[in-house]
Amino acid sequence: MARVVVDVMLKPEILDPQGQAVANALPRLGVNDVASVRIGRRVEIDFAGEADLERAREIADKLLANPVIEDYEIRVVEAA
Amino acid sequence: MSKIGVVTFPGSLDDGDAARAARISGAEVVRLWHADPELHGVDAVVLPGGFSYGDYLRCGAIARFAPVMEAVADAARGGMPVMGICNGFQILCEAHLLPGALTRNQHLHFRNRDQWLRMENTDTAWTNHFTDRQEILIPVKNGEGCYVADQRTLDELEANGQIVARYIRGNPNGSTRDIAAIRNEAGNVLGIMPHPEHAVEALTGPSLDGLGFFSSVLRHLAGAAA
Repeated sequence: MARVVVDVMLKPEILDPQGQAVANALPRLGVNDVASVRIGRRVEIDFAGEADLERAREIADKLLANPVIEDYEIRVVEAA
Repeated sequence: MSKIGVVTFPGSLDDGDAARAARISGAEVVRLWHADPELHGVDAVVLPGGFSYGDYLRCGAIARFAPVMEAVADAARGGMPVMGICNGFQILCEAHLLPGALTRNQHLHFRNRDQWLRMENTDTAWTNHFTDRQEILIPVKNGEGCYVADQRTLDELEANGQIVARYIRGNPNGSTRDIAAIRNEAGNVLGIMPHPEHAVEALTGPSLDGLGFFSSVLRHLAGAAA
């Protein structure tokens, strides 16, 4: 089995209220030196055969990320 | 009699109310099913509110690939009136039938209240029964209703008169430029975050203002047939 990981993140200019809420909670943990937190999504795609980056890119483009608000990065990882 | 189709996706919530609103307005209602690629001869389509496919991944992202959506998208490009309400608006954006996207409410709270809107474009299939700058009161209820788009898209929407309604007396979700509803360039596709279908009867709604959207499309269709 071959695994492709797609990391989807909101574009930098899109406000991330979830990340802000987490950042605002950090002082309660005694953490005061964090400038910002942004939250994204990690998607693991396991191919039955070899890792198909091209196909994974198509999946990411069409479904996993909305190009209006999100960017993604894609990579093959060695499955454990 | 004009036929308005109302699509039901798994997780749709307001399909019953949308069908009821269309019926009260004088339309014949045809219930459409997400897995059925046929539009069954309808003259217009409503994509209702709710949580299609559990809102998994992103709101509307999976519904966009439902078999019925290919037919809806083709019909919309051909000029058929299509209105997406709430989750339906999100689906229309995901399907690229409308520009921009809807994101998590800025304050992270689900908002559920009666909301004043100002109608800013009455040239559409769905809003020709309103008067310009008319203020209407209909319910809003969403967790991901914050409309976003890049500056250029927003400026184009403004310049082309594609911003159909704006929130007034308070923006419930942080939506950019107080946008509550937009239309496509042709004016046949409308996306609206608040819920016209919940404001069609005195017993349950804050007003009857929602009827205007349905009577508009019936007038539009009657005009097209004449």
